[in-house]
Amino acid sequence: MSANVAAAAQAAPSSGETPAISVKDLRKCFGDHEVLKGISLEAHKGDVISILGSSGSGKSTMLRCINLLETPDSGEVRVDGELIKMKRGRDGHQMPADIRQVERIRANLAMVFQSFNLWSHMTVLENLVAAPTHVLKRPRAECLEQAEVLLKRVGIWERRNYYPPHMSGGQQQRAAIARALAMNPKVMLFDEPTSALDPELVGEVLRVMRSLAEEGRTMLVVTHEMGFARDVSSKVMFLHKGEVDSVGEPKEMFARPPTPQFKQFIANFNK
Amino acid sequence: MEFLNDLKDQVSTAYELLAAGWGVQLLWGIAWTLAVTVVSMLIGAVLGSLVAAAKLSHRGGLRFIGESYTTVFRGEPELLIIYLFYYGGTQVLTGVARSTGSIGSTDILSMPSFLGGVLAVGIISGAYQAEVFRGSFLAIHRGELEAARAYGMSAWLRFRLVIMPQVLRLAVPGLGNVWQLTIKDSALISVTGVAELMLTANKAARSTHHSLLFYTLAGILYLVMTSISTPIFDKAERYTSRSLLRPK
Repeated sequence: MSANVAAAAQAAPSSGETPAISVKDLRKCFGDHEVLKGISLEAHKGDVISILGSSGSGKSTMLRCINLLETPDSGEVRVDGELIKMKRGRDGHQMPADIRQVERIRANLAMVFQSFNLWSHMTVLENLVAAPTHVLKRPRAECLEQAEVLLKRVGIWERRNYYPPHMSGGQQQRAAIARALAMNPKVMLFDEPTSALDPELVGEVLRVMRSLAEEGRTMLVVTHEMGFARDVSSKVMFLHKGEVDSVGEPKEMFARPPTPQFKQFIANFNK
Repeated sequence: MEFLNDLKDQVSTAYELLAAGWGVQLLWGIAWTLAVTVVSMLIGAVLGSLVAAAKLSHRGGLRFIGESYTTVFRGEPELLIIYLFYYGGTQVLTGVARSTGSIGSTDILSMPSFLGGVLAVGIISGAYQAEVFRGSFLAIHRGELEAARAYGMSAWLRFRLVIMPQVLRLAVPGLGNVWQLTIKDSALISVTGVAELMLTANKAARSTHHSLLFYTLAGILYLVMTSISTPIFDKAERYTSRSLLRPK
């Protein structure tokens, strides 16, 4: 399985290939405040895209629009070429036309949250098995076996029978990443995965994420970790006030910031 | 000394009365009280969860129904609700049966006393349980519900795997409270003629003229029932919230 993904990642994305994620002209308002002012993005298989921006730039909202945790006001989202169908509700707001389609697509887009959001009444192992058995309807024995492998991989196998509230933030986030991997997702969405962690725990989570990037996983990562964005990701996207300010190769972007806003942004971080 | 002798006489009278058959009757009374309470709690659990769901609904109409339910059934005297269900129910049943010709025009079809009683107490219990369930639902960490959506769970799966287990866990202490209330409310349905503990004590007190003895005895028995349930609910609480307590 991972060999397949790695092989796919090595094949350079040809122009004819269907993008894993394609977002076009996404718009979203909260009340009078327009958070996303027409955002477009394309992620191919194996891409690791870091999405940067100061708070309020719309980066988390954009990520949450991709798996419909937020409903965009307009624009389109395609996953593996499949358009998420939308319709207008009675109040004129856009809403998903087919909730089954949304649920099916969500199962392919495993999300890792800032505050982990592990199910606190389940042990770590149960957290990893719940969605694969009930949503993907895979046999429980197979899911358990895979869960143990994944927990070994993220280094918390000894904690498999712990409840999340009994673990450190770093362990919880690694468990959450393992829960995401257990879905065998096409794309992984990371919503500020290290922002809620104590500084000394950030490293263990970033190491896991780096290893995922290296095996060719497709990842969209909303983050404040400049090191990860520069060294690990294949593309950096900088959002400013709800618009895409700049996109590019990480090394290039950081060496020669293409816009004054991005330059200012990294200057603030290096202070 | 005289006082001690008096007490001795009292105890031996009590013993004679209990041995003469009132003891067994009181035990049956306890059994009926527990039966009424358990059935009422179950009726209340079903109604309570529906009402809690209505109160949490996005739809104004459902919210209004839920609000009205809890306002009415927590705001009215329990005894009134029981009379309403028992005597009112009898009137309705009789009316329907007469008009369909199932009984004669002067016959009366009365509400079965157990059914009328547990429905009334169950409906009251449901109003309190609804508040417990609603509070428990609101106490669930929102992020966990969001994660359930993000992993493709349908509304039913989210309810079964994430919401229900957590609501139950958070509801245990509140349900312990409602259980105690419901035990006490069950005494009120003695007015419908269910031979639970209150009615039995009443009967014993009146026919033997030993009111002090039988009401005190019944009081002790109610206290035993309510206080035994406290450690049981404590234990249940420790079990259901094991994921939040310090690991052993």
